[in-house]
Amino acid sequence: MTPEELRSRAERRRLEESRFSERLRVCTATSCASLGSGALFDALSAEIHRRGTGDRCELKRVGCLGLCAAGPLVMAEQGTGSTHTESLLREVRPEQAASLLDGFRDGFPAEQSVPLDLPFFRKQRRIVSEACGRIDPDRIDDAVAAGAYRALLEALHERTPADVLAEIDRSGLRGRGGAGYPTGLKWHTVAKAEASQKFVVCNADEGDPGAYMDRSVLESDPHRVLEGMALAAYAVGASEGFVYVRAEYLLAIERLRQAIGQANQIGLLGSAVGGTAFHFHVEVRLGAGAYVCGEETALLASIEGGRGTPRPRPPYPAAAGLFGAPTLINNVETLANVPAIVARGGDWFASIGTEKSKGTKIFALAGKVAHTGVIEVPMGTTLHEIVFELGGGIPDGARCKAVQTGGPSGGCIPARFFETPVDYENLAGLGSIMGSGGLIVMDEQTCMVDIARFFMAFCRDESCGKCVPCRVGTVELHQLLDTIANGRAGTRDMELLEEFCDLVRHTSLCGLGQSAPNPVLSTLRHFPEEYRAHLRGQCPAGVCFPASPAEEPPR
Amino acid sequence: MSVYTLEIDGREVGARPGETILAVAREHQIEIPTLCSLEGLSTVGACRLCLTEVEGASRLLPACTTAVAEGMRVRTQSERIARYRRGILELLFAERNHQCAVCVSNGHCDLQALATSLGMDHVRVPYRDPLLSVDASHERFALDHNRCVLCTRCVRVCDEIEGAHTWDVAGRGIGSWIVSDLADPWGESSSCTGCGKCVQVCPTGALFEKGKAIGEMTKRTAFVPMLQHMRGRRR
Repeated sequence: MTPEELRSRAERRRLEESRFSERLRVCTATSCASLGSGALFDALSAEIHRRGTGDRCELKRVGCLGLCAAGPLVMAEQGTGSTHTESLLREVRPEQAASLLDGFRDGFPAEQSVPLDLPFFRKQRRIVSEACGRIDPDRIDDAVAAGAYRALLEALHERTPADVLAEIDRSGLRGRGGAGYPTGLKWHTVAKAEASQKFVVCNADEGDPGAYMDRSVLESDPHRVLEGMALAAYAVGASEGFVYVRAEYLLAIERLRQAIGQANQIGLLGSAVGGTAFHFHVEVRLGAGAYVCGEETALLASIEGGRGTPRPRPPYPAAAGLFGAPTLINNVETLANVPAIVARGGDWFASIGTEKSKGTKIFALAGKVAHTGVIEVPMGTTLHEIVFELGGGIPDGARCKAVQTGGPSGGCIPARFFETPVDYENLAGLGSIMGSGGLIVMDEQTCMVDIARFFMAFCRDESCGKCVPCRVGTVELHQLLDTIANGRAGTRDMELLEEFCDLVRHTSLCGLGQSAPNPVLSTLRHFPEEYRAHLRGQCPAGVCFPASPAEEPPR
Repeated sequence: MSVYTLEIDGREVGARPGETILAVAREHQIEIPTLCSLEGLSTVGACRLCLTEVEGASRLLPACTTAVAEGMRVRTQSERIARYRRGILELLFAERNHQCAVCVSNGHCDLQALATSLGMDHVRVPYRDPLLSVDASHERFALDHNRCVLCTRCVRVCDEIEGAHTWDVAGRGIGSWIVSDLADPWGESSSCTGCGKCVQVCPTGALFEKGKAIGEMTKRTAFVPMLQHMRGRRR
């Protein structure tokens, strides 16, 4: 397929869509699906069929519409050009199918309409999630109409691999998996490695509690990730790729497989991509439920069919990775940034964000915040904007205490630092990390010792058991935190806590153990008074100690 | 053949490219404590006792897996490293049951020797004392999980030298344990050749010969590099 053929395919699909004067997009990503959007879709479909308005009204399954808290969500569109209007409807039930369709004529119920000028939508800058919620992830033509694979075919026909690499360099893109390693640098290392076989691996083993950005992208726009992988493969000289997805992401896996099949069929992946000499075969591999397999060397071991345990680096996967071959491993969001960078130029991308962190970041807003959901904001947006403007603040007028970023590898940032612009360096400076994008908002009723204990329990349960400090250290640290939380600890336990945090951090084999103490260290740093209170037998948040027996509700 | 010059603990030493810090240090009689590493077996970098400070590296690097480089400056001893090594030993002692006084390997145990030489004389965290099983189903040997430190020497010697791959690790985290075949009793293993190599390389009293009383179980590990050497020559 040539770029011209791709263009005419896109044009054909756009023309097809423009024939409909009314369009309904129903979110069928996991969050809305769990709230019954499947039944809603069927009800709408039946109602359109009954009315015989199928030639006028288009009904489409789409991916994530963002505001997960208000699902099932439906986007209703009317008209084109200057008469084009969009209405986002919340909590739509299947029995409302008829009234929803009437809404195109009579107007939609105000109580179910979500104003689209909310900061939640207005303050977003969507690059990775540009087509999320707009296209049907099961139809490749829909993605193509939205511009998918254009950058790839243009690159294959008109640009050299070095050219693509240079674009990524200029963009200043950094790894979105958490560590923020410069993507261009990683690509160069793999490109320079001399080998007859190289691999590109997409890390979709998302596992931080409360984080689901990658799932949302894979469910909503799988072709963007695949195109990013293909561009990466072209740039570094790889011909095979793997997407390593956790097995729990059923819908993401289904859509990804579907997308790979469709792209192979029309020659946008597989052999002789776009009629050129470039081959790129992609396979999906499923993780078997181990968080540690998000660590790159453990992930590779798992793909190879071995036990998912990490190994010491160096050698880095870029030099000796999958089956010993040079391997490029990038996270879903990193790869999903690539098509836009190649299409619009690295300089364009570098104009967004802060000095050292370019582009946007997707966050999964969760916890005690009004608008939970998936947001994409430019780097440099402050935590205050994210929590109080996009997130709509804390429900029930409660006070915000902190946000937790970076999951079990991150930390808690107290509300007094909310004016900090979000980027890799700033979050690290506050004792947390950018992480993959989980952002959990906590109010005054959250106990920081309890949170530290929760994340330590998570790391303990997810430790692979290979190295001693992580295997045993996380158990001992959890026990110490438990002692503190239960008010049975003394200053000696606090000293031990700090000493073993230091030990686990500096001696563990992989990132899981090295970062496991972070939630403890960050809460110790920002909320030392809460730990001290627990030593005195008090929990300021009222979480840790059971109410006195008299107040206990009868069983 | 090119030779690297590097500095270990202030001493200038020569090394061949591809050698590890540990190998070079040992050639020059510089002692680095190890537990999971054994000459002649592949390295896993799991026990973390051989961590060293390498100038320019942001992290401590395990001597057993880190390859030497020209001009490298390595410190194998420091107050900080000594503290970490003692801490790791404390964790190992607290993890399962290491009551030396009633152990078949008392006096011939790598873990015990490390504690003595590194000055780990007490454990500050609570002992976990899990009640693990003892697999005595094999005719000549037994496996006491309570004494196991999960160094995986047995797994590697069985796979890499004997070629049987009877042993492997099951479970994860603190619940990891060594299994024979598909977690079958050792005595019923269809892959075990009964060679006893695993028993010999086990650093503690976890794998032992039946009939040995307290302190009677001595281990011989010199055959591993010998076998590797002979095979290398034949190839």
